[in-house]
Amino acid sequence: MSELELFGVAVTLLTLFAGFGVLIGLLFGFFGMGGSFLVTPALMVMGYDTDVAVASGLAFVFGTSVIATLKHRDLGQVDYKLGVLMIAGTTAGIEVGKLGLHWLQSIGQADLVVSIAYVGLLGGIGAFITYTAVRGDGGGGIDHDVADDAEVDAEDIPDVAKKIQSYRVPPMMSLKGGITVSLWMILAVAFATGLLSGLLGVGGGFIRMPALFYLVGVPVPVAVGTDLFEIVFSGGIGSFLYAMDGAVNLAIVVPLLAGSAFGARLGAAATALVEEDEIKVYFGVMLLLGAVAVAIRKVGGVIEMPVLDAVALVIIVGAALLVSGAVVVSSVRELRTDSSSSPQTAD
Amino acid sequence: MFGTEIAGGPAEAAVIIGVVLVEALVLYVGYGILEALVGPAIRRALGGE
Repeated sequence: MSELELFGVAVTLLTLFAGFGVLIGLLFGFFGMGGSFLVTPALMVMGYDTDVAVASGLAFVFGTSVIATLKHRDLGQVDYKLGVLMIAGTTAGIEVGKLGLHWLQSIGQADLVVSIAYVGLLGGIGAFITYTAVRGDGGGGIDHDVADDAEVDAEDIPDVAKKIQSYRVPPMMSLKGGITVSLWMILAVAFATGLLSGLLGVGGGFIRMPALFYLVGVPVPVAVGTDLFEIVFSGGIGSFLYAMDGAVNLAIVVPLLAGSAFGARLGAAATALVEEDEIKVYFGVMLLLGAVAVAIRKVGGVIEMPVLDAVALVIIVGAALLVSGAVVVSSVRELRTDSSSSPQTAD
Repeated sequence: MFGTEIAGGPAEAAVIIGVVLVEALVLYVGYGILEALVGPAIRRALGGE
């Protein structure tokens, strides 16, 4: 018996992608980052070729970032001037990073170095977020519900960013949040983050967003909005280049994007209900588990045990389900608490 | 529509990126309207009112 199809694609597969999209979108909408790294590994484990998995993942990131940038633009959280400077610096950094990657490939060390750096970075950021969430000082760098913070308080600026802002090499740039930074410092930070993402072969949003906050010192919502603006361009150009080779599979991207845009709405609505520190620790743990899963997948590749790919996928999807489930449960609990504690009115 | 994944070249690539861009814009507007229309009712239902 043949399966029900839509546009020549099995409906069950479309539903699976849409459902997976909701999960990713929920995490992305709530935390402002962290969903996209699930897509490419999941597609590879499902049996898609690496170039199709990477290209379709990139096209999905492009679509998601368009939607998220529009939302952040409505809230006044995109600094276009900073975005353009970041694009310029990052592009140069990526090119140099790629040269470094080619050199590592030529001496046969690329896979080892990239894997260790990727796992270390993902695990490091995960550990940092978990640590700050457990400590309860809110410094995990993923707050995003402070749209009205037009001016940033001096004590909220990280020390490293204060140091970078103190180098007053002209021309100076005024950025959203009322801060002033040397053009050269912005380009240097952009170059460094580009270098890292070129070397690791990743989009680099999870590197750039913390860098904008911790190194340049812009408020977190503006860091998220500006980073998304940059991803529109990097994701768009990247997926265009892959699409020229016919690697972008719209049967994956279209349902994934439809689901994720819906999930992102739910996630964004949940931010107004749930105390973020309550969930942040889960998010940190999810990144840590992501690092473990990537490590397991790499080991599986080295010792030629494909079953470890499936183990890695179960860890990643399980962790994502756990965290998004926690967001939903906490939101519903808050809604019920609110409605039972608020006085009944005539309307 | 989904058959374009086997194509290649700049024109096909532009069509694919265009499809993703248009879908993103439609979803942004569409879900925005949907949220405004049914969001409060879902909130009330989940809140047990």
